[in-house]
Amino acid sequence: MSNAELIATDPGWIILVKGLLVFATCVVLTLLAIWAERRIVARMQERPGPNRVGPLGLLQSLSDGVKLALKEDLIPAAADKVIFIIAPIISATTCFMAFAVIPVTGPVTLFGHETVMQMTDIPVGVLYVLAVASVGVYGIVLAGWSSGSTYPLLGGLRSSAQVISYEVAMGLSLVSVFIYSGSMSTSDIVAAQGKWWYAVVLFPSFVIYAISMVGETNRAPFDLAEAEGELVGGFHTEYSSLKFALFFLAEYVNIVGVSALATTLFLGGYHAPPGLGFTESWLGGWFTAIWFFVKVAAFFFLFVWLRGTLPRMRYDQFMQFGWKVLIPVSLFWILVVATLRLLSQQGTSRTGLLIFSGIVVAIVMFANVAFDNAKQKKKNTPRPTLSKPDFAVPELPSKGSDRV
Amino acid sequence: MPESVLFWIMGPLAVIAALGMLLVKKAVHSALLLAWVMITLAFFYIAQGALFLGIVQVVVYTGAVMMLFLFILMLVGVDASDSLTETIRGLRPIAITAAIGFGGLMVSLIGRATLGRESVGLEEANAAGNVQGLAYLLFSTYVFPFEVVSALLITAAIGAMVLAHHQREVPRSTQRDLSEQRFRSGSLATAAGLPGPGVFARHNAVDVPALLPDGTPAPASISETLRSRGDMRDSAQYQLDQIKTEVPEEK
Repeated sequence: MSNAELIATDPGWIILVKGLLVFATCVVLTLLAIWAERRIVARMQERPGPNRVGPLGLLQSLSDGVKLALKEDLIPAAADKVIFIIAPIISATTCFMAFAVIPVTGPVTLFGHETVMQMTDIPVGVLYVLAVASVGVYGIVLAGWSSGSTYPLLGGLRSSAQVISYEVAMGLSLVSVFIYSGSMSTSDIVAAQGKWWYAVVLFPSFVIYAISMVGETNRAPFDLAEAEGELVGGFHTEYSSLKFALFFLAEYVNIVGVSALATTLFLGGYHAPPGLGFTESWLGGWFTAIWFFVKVAAFFFLFVWLRGTLPRMRYDQFMQFGWKVLIPVSLFWILVVATLRLLSQQGTSRTGLLIFSGIVVAIVMFANVAFDNAKQKKKNTPRPTLSKPDFAVPELPSKGSDRV
Repeated sequence: MPESVLFWIMGPLAVIAALGMLLVKKAVHSALLLAWVMITLAFFYIAQGALFLGIVQVVVYTGAVMMLFLFILMLVGVDASDSLTETIRGLRPIAITAAIGFGGLMVSLIGRATLGRESVGLEEANAAGNVQGLAYLLFSTYVFPFEVVSALLITAAIGAMVLAHHQREVPRSTQRDLSEQRFRSGSLATAAGLPGPGVFARHNAVDVPALLPDGTPAPASISETLRSRGDMRDSAQYQLDQIKTEVPEEK
């Protein structure tokens, strides 16, 4: 039985239990994620990180959460009150919704009922995730606008521009997955990766998705919406107490969400890595959940690693990268994938495929050389020499040089 | 049964939001209510079995179009409510004509699609799957209208780009160019900001000008107020050779 058929037999209470499990898992994962991020970043910066509350500081985020909830809840006088309250609610509710279509396990038995740990399996599951994500942006934008203050407004505008642009790149990177698996349902895509993970087959798509998921979640090095150096805290500057906690929760649940989607689409979902397929029947199928969460945790580590390594990008460079690099590259890649798919479906010979790939490689190399030449030319144009400034300038070691 | 429950809950909500959209004062509230109407429409589509249409409705209209709307509204002003003065002459009759025209188009379209035709039924329409069925229709029977509409949209997009475009006469200056320009413009203020007052390690009061690298005082380091009042001391008196080093320093 396919996932969709298994899910269709679920009675109401099983759906309710699954919903509760999704919620609880996400909240617990958020607590763990905050702790893990602080510990990992600390290790990368050669300091211990939180280590006081609980063993290894594990309860630190719990106590932080309690502290946040007990703080005074401020609403600025200039704020648009209703929207100011609605905004964090939109953020925090939409981020959970994406998990409804993510298959976490293969067939398992839950309270004596055979099912899969996936709330619903719709034929357009991946599009549904994109739709929910696009509604989630409203939370950020409205928070920025309703605060009635300049920095949040700028942060909100930045993030909406950013998320819209990177959502385009993200959507385009998913197209080749749809073309290859012939479906937009998450469980079908996982099933189609039985032999080869799409991270291998469609490597460029995987890279584009990985970049745009960082942009989509407003995380370093793309966290321009809350660039503390220039915007204080960005869209959530005016928020405090539980409302701020909701944004915090939404950010981490979103990270887990895009990681879970990446796992499902590119890393074979809940399936075991190649060669370890025998583990999938352990614990009555529940062991597949462990593989799923291991892969999600790997993505989360990538997020933290990026944050610990890369400096924040400048805003215009970031937008330029999205529109002038990611989107054209993914469009080109879709053309290549679609042509390859058509050629192989029409039973073209191996030589035909080789000729086609040769042409593609030639085009890429030509574009690369042309790009390099243009860059070199720009670099070689002489800079205009200007007269010496008339304010006092210390002597430079090399005499006679007029460069400052 | 569940469908009618959904309808009687979401339907009134959609109508209230649609009315509210026309009646609220702030443009952003109006845009938000419109977004809500679009989302409820998506619910209805999904409840009717048009899964793909419902999801795409949210992705395209709520996610992209409304977001751009909101974006522009926010740029216009944070707390500005709509002004009711007409900026374009004859806007009202044009708008009314366009609205009637659009309504007529919708009525005729729906009429053509429903009147005198037997509905095929959801089962048959979705026989090969909702997405597949839609894709088959779009790329076979209706491929020409589909392409015409997309050409129209592209034309509109290019038109907007042409209207907004302006030719750059000089290349856009990069961060490096700007930095060099600041340093070479001849003013200390633009190069690195104004210097702070005080002679380092000798006297750091606000009325003592800082010394430039060549030893001359920098008047720019004193605030405008003090300068115009004449409350400015000579920083030369704090130079090393001016201070009597025989005097023991206070402990």
